[in-house]
Amino acid sequence: MDFLNGITLIANYIIIPGLTYGSQLALGALGITIIYTVLRFSNFAHGEFMSFGAMSSILLTWLFSGLGVKLGMFPTAILVLPIAILITIFYCLIIDKFVFKFYRQQKSKSVITLIVSIGVMFFSGGLIRFIIGPGDKNFFDGERFILKAKTFKAFTGLNEGLAVKTTQGITIILTILLVFLLFWFLNKTKTGKSMRAYSDNQELALLSGINPEKVVLITWIITGTLACVAGTLYGLDKSYKPFTYLHLVLPIFAAAIVGGVGNPVGAIIGGFVIAFSELFITFAYKKIFYYLLPYEIVPSGLLQILSTDYKIAVSFIILVLVLLIKPTGIYKGKVI
Amino acid sequence: MYLLSGKNITCGYSSVDILSDCNIGVKRGQIASIVGPNGAGKSTAMKAIFGLLDIRKGQIFLDGEDITNLRPQERVLKGMGFVPQTNNIFPSLSVQENLEMGAFIQAKNCEDMLNYIYELFPILKDKRHQQAGELSGGQRQQVAVGRALMTNPKVLMLDEPSAGVSPIVMEGIFKKIKEIANQGTAILMVEQNAKQALAISDLGFVLNQGRNLFTDTGKSLLDNKEVRQAFLGG
Repeated sequence: MDFLNGITLIANYIIIPGLTYGSQLALGALGITIIYTVLRFSNFAHGEFMSFGAMSSILLTWLFSGLGVKLGMFPTAILVLPIAILITIFYCLIIDKFVFKFYRQQKSKSVITLIVSIGVMFFSGGLIRFIIGPGDKNFFDGERFILKAKTFKAFTGLNEGLAVKTTQGITIILTILLVFLLFWFLNKTKTGKSMRAYSDNQELALLSGINPEKVVLITWIITGTLACVAGTLYGLDKSYKPFTYLHLVLPIFAAAIVGGVGNPVGAIIGGFVIAFSELFITFAYKKIFYYLLPYEIVPSGLLQILSTDYKIAVSFIILVLVLLIKPTGIYKGKVI
Repeated sequence: MYLLSGKNITCGYSSVDILSDCNIGVKRGQIASIVGPNGAGKSTAMKAIFGLLDIRKGQIFLDGEDITNLRPQERVLKGMGFVPQTNNIFPSLSVQENLEMGAFIQAKNCEDMLNYIYELFPILKDKRHQQAGELSGGQRQQVAVGRALMTNPKVLMLDEPSAGVSPIVMEGIFKKIKEIANQGTAILMVEQNAKQALAISDLGFVLNQGRNLFTDTGKSLLDNKEVRQAFLGG
């Protein structure tokens, strides 16, 4: 019984939050990876694109709630997500037309475009604060839990409860769906294959008659979709604050690099590696040891490796370690 | 009458002329080779004919039609195929995907061509789901040629098809080239290994310093004493 209590504790505080956070990071890292392999630069503005997507969802949620449209137990944000995606894609395309396109035509080095993307990041951040303000926005509505801790306890008779928030369930399911769709598109459709071909060998893609403008357009459509969904899910799960998305860029890049730069499968794996490492290292293990060990030998401290304040440092440490030990990442990526 | 020909081509990079008044061509169903020492402008001639390089003077004809002002993609649609010397495959795509990309601009189904290419290069059929970047040099070359053949071109242009492969593999490649030509596709190629190339060529162009030095059948060029001494090593 104590063993089961310990497992439940881990599931409740690490596995489920880890899967949720990992999904959000994976979606973000996928967006960065797609831009990196096709347009060949590291897009530091991706965090703000996510923020922009979340902001669009919030504004639309307010609008729809005002009109009295609801989605039952699910948050209204899920209902308006398709429209928010379109708005985010539109924003990405505008930015591309007025900023990135110029540097692409100049055939700028990727490091220059990277710096440009930092400029876009600050601009977008400012624009978002200008529209929605810098404060905290909670736009979650509907039923809060899919599985309540109380229900779980009553059902199993354990001391520890297992709770699954609606946002957690939605995040995991939407991520699986989106990743499945993305891989189907890249591997099975003619357009998807032409995108991979373009990222492999631009010259030969041109010779084969692949239209680069179309590839760029589709790249931004995918990136906008991923950014909006990831941003909205993160905002729903943890409440929306423009500032947090600036911080999110670090773990996302860490995920993309840990998984193997430029490798979509790697980006997903990397997202979960980063998420679980953060949780495992900042979790207080005291309670688990109470369940698993005899009471007398459990130390009196919290048994926490690092305080949660250092959460962000974990991704930094992993990033540095990976770059030192295995620079290609878990899956061998390609460095341009 | 040439199927594909470049007439009096003058072109080059920046302001320097690499080719001056160069004439090159290939007849239907035949093999033509461009040979010559390093820096003679062989690869430049290929690029000029395929439209990868703007020409300053001269014209390019395909099947009697002036295609001088067409973009490379448009020339592919007109029935030309080109295999560059390097970077001629999509390394992270599978062999089959590489071939499919070759037929990208064609609306019609590419199933027949795919079967023809698998017949021509049986090894590619066995490895069709493998990443092209993992193949050996000779197999990559087969993928590259296969990709260019997917549009069923009237004329196939090969830039140094035997570069970087062993002599045995090279022999195999030349054999395949002959086979492709026998199927009715004209072939225009640039070759470093002039002897082997001329041996299978109906027509040979010897270039030097961007000018035509000799133009004759492959056999008579091989027999020509001057050509042998200057370019074929005796």
